[in-house]
Amino acid sequence: MNKLNFLQPDKNNLSTYLYTGVFLVALSIFIVFLNSFFNKDLISFLPGTISFFLPLILGFIGLHLIRIDYSGLKFLDKVNKNINTNNFNAFLSLLIVFVIIKSLPPLLSWFILDANIAGDSKDVCTGSGACWTYIKIWFNRFMYGMYPNAEQWRINLSFIALAFLGTIGFFATEKFKKYLTLYYVVIYPVIAFFFIFFFISGGPIFFDFSYGIIAAVISIIIGFFIPSKFKMYYFIIVPITLYILLKYVFFYEELIELGKLEALEWVETGAWGGLSLTFIVSFFCLIFCFPIGLFLSLGRRSDFPIIKYFSIGMIEFWRGVPLITVLFMSSVMFPMFLPEDMFIDKLVRVIIAISLFEAAYVAEVIRGGLQALPRGQYDAAKSLGMGYWKMHILVILPQALKLVIPGIANTFLALVKDTPLIFVVGLLEIVGMLNLAKTNPEWLGFAMEGYVFASVLFFIICYAMSKYSYNLEQKYKTER
Amino acid sequence: MSDKIIQITEMNKWFGDFQVLKDINLEVEKNKKIVVCGPSGSGKSTLIRCINRLEEHQKGSIIVDGNELTEDTKDIEKIRAEVGMVFQQFNLFPHLSILDNCTLAPIWVKKMPKKDAEELAIQHLEKVQIADQANKYPGQLSGGQQQRCAIARALCMEPKIMLFDEPTSALDPEMIKEVLDAMVNLAKAGMTMIVVTHEMGFAKEVADEVIFMDEGMIVERAETKEFFANPKSDRTKLFLSQIL
Repeated sequence: MNKLNFLQPDKNNLSTYLYTGVFLVALSIFIVFLNSFFNKDLISFLPGTISFFLPLILGFIGLHLIRIDYSGLKFLDKVNKNINTNNFNAFLSLLIVFVIIKSLPPLLSWFILDANIAGDSKDVCTGSGACWTYIKIWFNRFMYGMYPNAEQWRINLSFIALAFLGTIGFFATEKFKKYLTLYYVVIYPVIAFFFIFFFISGGPIFFDFSYGIIAAVISIIIGFFIPSKFKMYYFIIVPITLYILLKYVFFYEELIELGKLEALEWVETGAWGGLSLTFIVSFFCLIFCFPIGLFLSLGRRSDFPIIKYFSIGMIEFWRGVPLITVLFMSSVMFPMFLPEDMFIDKLVRVIIAISLFEAAYVAEVIRGGLQALPRGQYDAAKSLGMGYWKMHILVILPQALKLVIPGIANTFLALVKDTPLIFVVGLLEIVGMLNLAKTNPEWLGFAMEGYVFASVLFFIICYAMSKYSYNLEQKYKTER
Repeated sequence: MSDKIIQITEMNKWFGDFQVLKDINLEVEKNKKIVVCGPSGSGKSTLIRCINRLEEHQKGSIIVDGNELTEDTKDIEKIRAEVGMVFQQFNLFPHLSILDNCTLAPIWVKKMPKKDAEELAIQHLEKVQIADQANKYPGQLSGGQQQRCAIARALCMEPKIMLFDEPTSALDPEMIKEVLDAMVNLAKAGMTMIVVTHEMGFAKEVADEVIFMDEGMIVERAETKEFFANPKSDRTKLFLSQIL
């Protein structure tokens, strides 16, 4: 039997040190656990200060005893390497474990054990926990804002359709793969625009949407019989002509008469709200701010002074003003500069404002990527006879954008989380609806539940985005 | 005139106040192989970068294949498509596979059908003996393989002139040979080449003429044998005595 030295545990008496150490650690955790979950204090007989620190001291000694290098036990080595490398880390590890154990019971009781979800009025919320009834009752408003209940299927249908159209890329066959970029960059946003601004909005303008759909369907059907040589021109000219014919020549007068009766009910954008508005605003701002930012970043590096200084001016201006003032100006100041009879919807103005604002950030992020590329890449592309656009589209941007995926994701996440600011112009997305519900006299005092709910939703959205950006990074990783 | 594919007359270039090239006069005939040597900072690289206008010259004229390079040459891209260039740092496109590196410019600049471009690329990759690496990415290849791929990439544009800017300077001694071999084969096939290099062995083997540059001027230009056997200027003698 080797001599035991408790100051320097070694491998020779492995089991002795291990059992003593594990016992001490387990004991310390047990004491804290009992104290936290069952309110029993095993060591209450000790003086106050000591009884407070005793678990920490016990656990600390225990961790010291099991800190044996190359013990041969896989699990022990792993523990030592990750949480028990030295005294300080052992101390921190213990502290974190204790804090988690200590904070679990109150959290559990607030979220689940003492919480209420049954019933449909404030009166059922008698417990000390959260009142999920509040969320349940207001759920509809949090999702759709003031959008009329009877018409909410339009939002659902649009979102489902758009989600479906968005996943089309996964099902595309080899033949159509090369059109995917075009589809996602141009066609999909246009479809989304039609859906959201005509279908969700409804009203007389809905006919535009219907005409568009009819024109598209008719031209696609006829399109099958057109020789492929002319298809390109055909699909540019015919749908637009059809649309104009439908709108102004064939059915215009009659449908205007009938229209108000048969069209979808008009829902003004002021009534849109809740999470669906968050999605709409985020979606369009993301789609618009990226190309604008891209062009600004290229413009800033341009040799033409006009383009260059215009880009610099745009970037510095939008970066230099707070978003909240931009939104305020877009809604209050901007209409003053417009002709009397011209009207641009509030939501459209807000989306333009946020897009321009975030585009400035995107531009600088992309510029960082452009500057990270060695000059040789430009030289090589030029020496192969590529002009400015070919060089950038084929060689420079694919590499630069890949480099800045984390930065772009950062900006996009910030954008999504900035959307609540649109409350300053009276648009209430989910956080705005929360604030409204919070001040409802029937439901005072449930701000906490609301904010927790919104946080969880935002976290899910943002975490999904950040995961997606990480996947993209992995997908485009070609360098070793 | 007809067989003079490059004509440089009285060409001057400044970087700011610093004059890098002084009164360069150079004529290159078709199918000639010219090696440019000289100490670093003598303007060799700048000279050949001027030939496909990666650098602009301020005075004098450069005529490539009958077209003068000027400020407003609209078809500078056409000239560049006819002048292949290989760089010291390879400058392959790291986001594309070797094959795509080679087919990118033929497809997008020359509007060649993808299939033809790929066949052509494989042909040229076989010539430099890396056809088996075609689907790898540049980051997975050794320096020598990358440089040979860069040569193949330039050849895929079927250029009339090839410019080499110190193609072996960034390579391990072992890999220099494989790249030089590829260049020798190319020279034997009759390509017009201008090569900036310190590889005097290569110069002796393939060059028709050698140009020695120092301080932005062409100090000496002579037939290869003549150049190494009895150099005229003292500066050339000094250089040769140090390098050989």
